[in-house]
Amino acid sequence: MGENIFVDFTAWLRGLISGLGVPDLFNDIILMIVKLAAIIVFIALNATWLVYMERKICAYIQSRVGPRHHGPVGLLQPVFDVVKLMTKEIVLPKNVDLVVFLLAPVLIVVPPIVAYSVLPFGKDMVAIDMNIGLFFLVAVTSLSTIMFWMAGWASNNKYSLVGGMRVVAQMVSYELPLVLAMLGVVMITGTLNLSEVVNAQKNVWFIFAQPIAFLIYFIAGVAETNRPPFDLVEGESEIIAGPYTEYAGMGFAMFYGLAEFANMMVISAMCTVMFLGGWLAPFGLTFIPSWVWFFLKMYLVIFIFMWVRWTFPRIRVDQLMGFGWKVLVPLSLANIFITGTGMYIYRAIGW
Amino acid sequence: MLSDWGAVFLFFVAAVIFSAGGVVTGFVLAPRRTTAQKVTTYECGVDTIGPTWVQFRTSYFLYALLFLIFDVETIYLYPWAVKFQSLGLFAFIEMIIFLFILIIGLWYAWKEGALEWM
Repeated sequence: MGENIFVDFTAWLRGLISGLGVPDLFNDIILMIVKLAAIIVFIALNATWLVYMERKICAYIQSRVGPRHHGPVGLLQPVFDVVKLMTKEIVLPKNVDLVVFLLAPVLIVVPPIVAYSVLPFGKDMVAIDMNIGLFFLVAVTSLSTIMFWMAGWASNNKYSLVGGMRVVAQMVSYELPLVLAMLGVVMITGTLNLSEVVNAQKNVWFIFAQPIAFLIYFIAGVAETNRPPFDLVEGESEIIAGPYTEYAGMGFAMFYGLAEFANMMVISAMCTVMFLGGWLAPFGLTFIPSWVWFFLKMYLVIFIFMWVRWTFPRIRVDQLMGFGWKVLVPLSLANIFITGTGMYIYRAIGW
Repeated sequence: MLSDWGAVFLFFVAAVIFSAGGVVTGFVLAPRRTTAQKVTTYECGVDTIGPTWVQFRTSYFLYALLFLIFDVETIYLYPWAVKFQSLGLFAFIEMIIFLFILIIGLWYAWKEGALEWM
């Protein structure tokens, strides 16, 4: 029921286009553009409504009601937000490095969108079934550090500069535990193709096989998306808004609305694929389509992200760096060692 | 056939067009009435003093160096992890030695105080 609608639609579209006598290459390109448009719309819609979700969850955690005036329970609030942001003046301060200043908000959205190209949304639902998907995804997502730094440097504002420095230090430090935590999973599956990683979790999800790796991944993921308690980058009470202090209107919307939530979606989708069994249905509930499961699991992880955000206070910068380098990096190296040894012991026992 | 990297290229181009479109929409739809106060650097209402683009503290540089070392290590670890099950015990022990050397490096940096935020 609904399981194959996207796959069937793609096959139907391919048949339709090749029926018109279009060569295979162009057919592939047209289909890829369709998938691409679907992914961009998916990201844009989700990011706008995640802002709403964030505000609503924040409100309930703080015993408020949150947005409620536009549409039922305030569901149309994001539409008004987008319209407002679009019609806000983009201020170009006089001392900025104009080219870099304008390039940063444009490029910041690129890594999450490209990262989504290799993520499997459901059974056979992946835009590019790449054999080194995981590695590609890690490489692409780490690019956003540069864009944050571009914004921080080009703004010619001391708060932005401090924010930019902190972004680089933080994202670079937490990149390592994030990547090393995934290694445990790669050792078990022996593949970097994300669809095969999901398939390898048929019997047991890797959150049970790799609990330490999951914890490290989750903590490093929160830090990678610059969200509280690791939000020193944009700590409002310290450095206003960090790298995006000088941005207004759509420039700000690109950073805060789109990029932050799109990055969060990539991190949680990745978490789903690596540790929560991706689109596999738990308890044999296969009558619900695989892409719905993917979506539900992704939103569960996002919910935990938001819960963490509104529960924990911000930590200090020395605690941040100390925790990353003195706790998470050694722990993730130990996890690799334990995984390797454990697999040899399992093999010796004969499992 | 469209190769994987051709598709990735398409993704990059489309993502840039999408986000550039967003920013351009902002420029088209929004009013632009610039005043002298509006374009000053925002530092909580106080005029900015001195240049912003100055030399910065070295602790950031030390972290960057450490990151470089460990990032290169990760690049070596990934192919090893993929082939881990078929390479056998020898490769595993070799990798432990490799990791051990790096852990000594981390310990040295720790001992020298590179991980302390001064």
